[in-house]
Amino acid sequence: MDEIIRLENVSYAYEEDGPRAVEGLNLSFERGSFTAVLGHNGSGKSTMAKLMNGLFLPTEGRVTVDGMDTADEKYTWEIRKKAGMIFQNPDNQLVATVVTDDVAFGLENLGVPPAEMPERINWALKQAGMAEHAFKAPHLLSGGQKQRVAIAGVLAMRPEIIICDEATAMLDPQGRREVLSVMEKLNREQGITVIWITHFMEEAVRFSRLIVMDRGSVAMDGTPAEVFSDEEKLERMHLRLPVMARLSMKLRKENADIPLCLTAEDLAREAEKRWN
Amino acid sequence: MLDNFAFGQYYPGTSVFHRMDPRMKIILLILYIAGIFCAGTLPSFAVPLLFMVFSIHMAAVPLKMVFKSLKPLRFILIFTFVLNLFFLQGERVLLDLGFARITREGLVNAVLYALRLVFLVMGSSLLTLTTAPVPLTDGLERLLSPLKAIRFPAHEMAMMMTIALRFIPTLLEETDKIMKAQSARGADFESGNLIQRAKAMVPLLVPLFVSSFRRAGELAMAMEARCYHGGEGRTRLHVLKMARRDYIALALGIVMVALTVALSRLTAGLI
Ligand SMILES: Nc1ncnc2c1ncn2[C@@H]1O[C@H](COP(=O)(O)OP(=O)(O)OP(=O)(O)O)[C@@H](O)[C@H]1O
Ligand SMILES: [Mg+2]
Repeated sequence: MDEIIRLENVSYAYEEDGPRAVEGLNLSFERGSFTAVLGHNGSGKSTMAKLMNGLFLPTEGRVTVDGMDTADEKYTWEIRKKAGMIFQNPDNQLVATVVTDDVAFGLENLGVPPAEMPERINWALKQAGMAEHAFKAPHLLSGGQKQRVAIAGVLAMRPEIIICDEATAMLDPQGRREVLSVMEKLNREQGITVIWITHFMEEAVRFSRLIVMDRGSVAMDGTPAEVFSDEEKLERMHLRLPVMARLSMKLRKENADIPLCLTAEDLAREAEKRWN
Repeated sequence: MLDNFAFGQYYPGTSVFHRMDPRMKIILLILYIAGIFCAGTLPSFAVPLLFMVFSIHMAAVPLKMVFKSLKPLRFILIFTFVLNLFFLQGERVLLDLGFARITREGLVNAVLYALRLVFLVMGSSLLTLTTAPVPLTDGLERLLSPLKAIRFPAHEMAMMMTIALRFIPTLLEETDKIMKAQSARGADFESGNLIQRAKAMVPLLVPLFVSSFRRAGELAMAMEARCYHGGEGRTRLHVLKMARRDYIALALGIVMVALTVALSRLTAGLI
């Protein structure tokens, strides 16, 4: 397995001798993988995310990104370039008054020669589906569009990993769909490793691996079908399956040969395929 | 509330003024301010006036936009005018009110100060109308960067200005939202005397401050995640380059100041 991020026995406390926000994390992420992280409020998802690009340094244990230890200062900027991050609030991560200038921000910080910038910016904006808004002011864009500008800003830096910390939590359903499909495309076409933190169970099914966090530790780790099959355990962690997922999981338990479905249409289609 | 924000707004365009190097526009503004303060007589003010008319014409921005920036200043204008009117007591009395007199010298002085204020604001707004925020702060940063030698934080200041400009609309929107929410719960921002109105603002400002601090923390984190580590080793998307038009503008600016000084000397005895 070609591993790009590795957490070894990682713990983090916000205050010295304070409670551990995350405790004993042992995780490994494969290059090009598409992973969602689920968990109740305060389960340590954001803390884990910030440990993965050196924004936080582990109180105990070791985090490596492509073999580089985040605690080693000489790698700090290379790690942050390699592992981009999108945050929850679209307003609080855009710096400039024009979209292109904001996308340029990361490149400027990296010291990229000005002559190279326009091409990288255009490419990134196109990938994020924001090319036609290149010269707008961020405050005139919708939430979903702002998040896609943030994605372009990270993308222009040519990252290998993008960590999204509840990037859709403040968006309407339309914006949520847009942002998630951009990330799906980037994973599929550019081979970017995606770590998608969310509390929307509906989104989680689209990933190949689910990690469920509970009180600072990993409670479950597997494919959506594996994780969703233990409904009781999920409920104990205050995570509720979408109705159709519950129904399809129930049917699977009754030995029906049905995949995990999220919408009534999907379930009907799958059922028709098999029983007609 | 959002419409009131005319000062400091960019008016997109492609005029010579828009294309000029932001650094030269800032230098020109400084020259212009020097010019209006050198104009010590009413006739000598004709030079800055003509220069302003010419600049607005070259910048191709609607006059309305330039004048809009004066609106928030109308009280200060009236106040300084009245103050200056009585401040300088000359020989030639125009009006004797008993407790105070208006003299010709006082009147001229008051008009001059009012004109200076008006042209200063018009000049600055011409700069911000024709220069997008990022080139403006870029220009300022580069003009001030020699001062880094004496530890003046030129980059940090420019970055602060960019962020402030970026967040002004966001914060205005948020203020609007909080105001509406509180009005719905019976808060009254419109009536009452000054003290009552100021009191009504407190429940508005507290949540605004709290959220601003949260925003600042999150923004700092997001900037660090995008490899921001101060001005060192940073390149810029916009490469600033002086062109012929910039040197022509500089020459015109110097001529303008010289003419003003000369005319001011020549007409000094006339009033
Ligand atoms: N700045 C902080 N200072 C102290 N404790 C904190 C801080 N931020 C988070 N914590 C604590 O750390 C724990 C994990 O928080 P974290 O933000 O990682 O959770 P999360 O899973 O991202 O939650 P959410 O879904 O609300 O975003 C929580 O118990 C929280 O109270
Ligand atoms: Mg969180």
